[in-house]
Amino acid sequence: MEIGFVLNGRKVTAEITASTVLLDVVRDKGCYSVKRGCETSGCGLCTVWLDGTPVLSCSTLAARVEGREVTTLEGLSKEAEEFGLFLAREGGEQCGFCSPGLIMNVLAMERELDHPDLDAIKEYLAGNLCRCTGYASQLRAVEKYLARGCGNPDTRESVQPQE
Amino acid sequence: MFRAKDYRRAESLEEAYTLNQKRSNVLVGGMMWLKMGNGQKGTVIDLSGLGLDGIEEDGEQFSIGCMCSLRKLETHEGLNTYFGGIFRECTRHIVGTQFRNGATVGGSMAGRFGFSDILTCLLVTDAYVELYKGGTVPLARFAREGCGRDILVRVLVKKDKRRAAYVTQRNSQTDFPVIACGVAKKDGNYYVSVGARPSRADLVVRPVTGEPLADQARAAADSFTYGDNMRAGGEYRKHLAQVYIRRLMEQLEQEER
Repeated sequence: MEIGFVLNGRKVTAEITASTVLLDVVRDKGCYSVKRGCETSGCGLCTVWLDGTPVLSCSTLAARVEGREVTTLEGLSKEAEEFGLFLAREGGEQCGFCSPGLIMNVLAMERELDHPDLDAIKEYLAGNLCRCTGYASQLRAVEKYLARGCGNPDTRESVQPQE
Repeated sequence: MFRAKDYRRAESLEEAYTLNQKRSNVLVGGMMWLKMGNGQKGTVIDLSGLGLDGIEEDGEQFSIGCMCSLRKLETHEGLNTYFGGIFRECTRHIVGTQFRNGATVGGSMAGRFGFSDILTCLLVTDAYVELYKGGTVPLARFAREGCGRDILVRVLVKKDKRRAAYVTQRNSQTDFPVIACGVAKKDGNYYVSVGARPSRADLVVRPVTGEPLADQARAAADSFTYGDNMRAGGEYRKHLAQVYIRRLMEQLEQEER
């Protein structure tokens, strides 16, 4: 069966089976930031946005995205780069395998929560596992990233992490 | 991941029900648990096009569609205000935000999973499930009997002014619970549910007595059976249940003052 959806702002089509998951489709389309991790819905590496909401692409039937909008890290390169600088600055990116999923969820959190405290950040990001950092450096990066200038992330000027 | 021959986005509940009568076909909710299987399925039946993904509130009840995500349950202001935040408490520990955006109330309920926080929490409320053919049945009965090949359409939670509290213990954050306890109080009765025993949640109703809460909690906890699995032993679970039920009773008593 064929499905059509919007991937990072572009209309695309894909040939799928009844049980194909979204993860396989977006990787077939060249979005290699979307990683295959646990495949048990537990690690967050495969996070994408479906109509702006973060979901696990390993657990989303591809047939369900017909006519909908899918966003991967490739579609958020400016914001992703901005947060990535904070992540690198705080030593929050070691092997880097979990970073795309984490960045997708951090950017979703920024849109969804208004000035989250550390507990709220931890709760929101609990589904993003990292086996390198111990999370402390990632959380420092998230807090500093969120504490930079406020305003609409779609129009805000890029801000560099401070020394 | 299971394999399936066909996919059908149902255009009506009747169509979904008809398709679901064939044993090889399967209804999918969020697919979080279902995807862990490796079997061959016939047709995947998808209810996502039927407008059952919301929570509606009127003067008498909350009506929760079977395709409502756990995240909506967690963040619904009316539901959480009315029930003192128990729906936020019973969902916020479940894996992660992305998971809860996908997992559905219907999927968690229809599976009647032993680890289901949702079932344990809802049991202490005056809740019912609306089945497509089977009509509206009390949740406790549904929890014991299931619904066969029928379709769970909605969960109805009555606004009966009962106060409720909920707590779980987990070995690590986002893991399945070792024990899950819910307590509600109304009209001189305690409604106590315990899930993740590790078997499925059940409900006992006990009159409020003048005995110390520790004794009442122990008596309620003794009403359930407990088993062993890789997360904890039955004896430990029973001890935890006694402690948590007492704490929840204390919480409700304090709120009442």
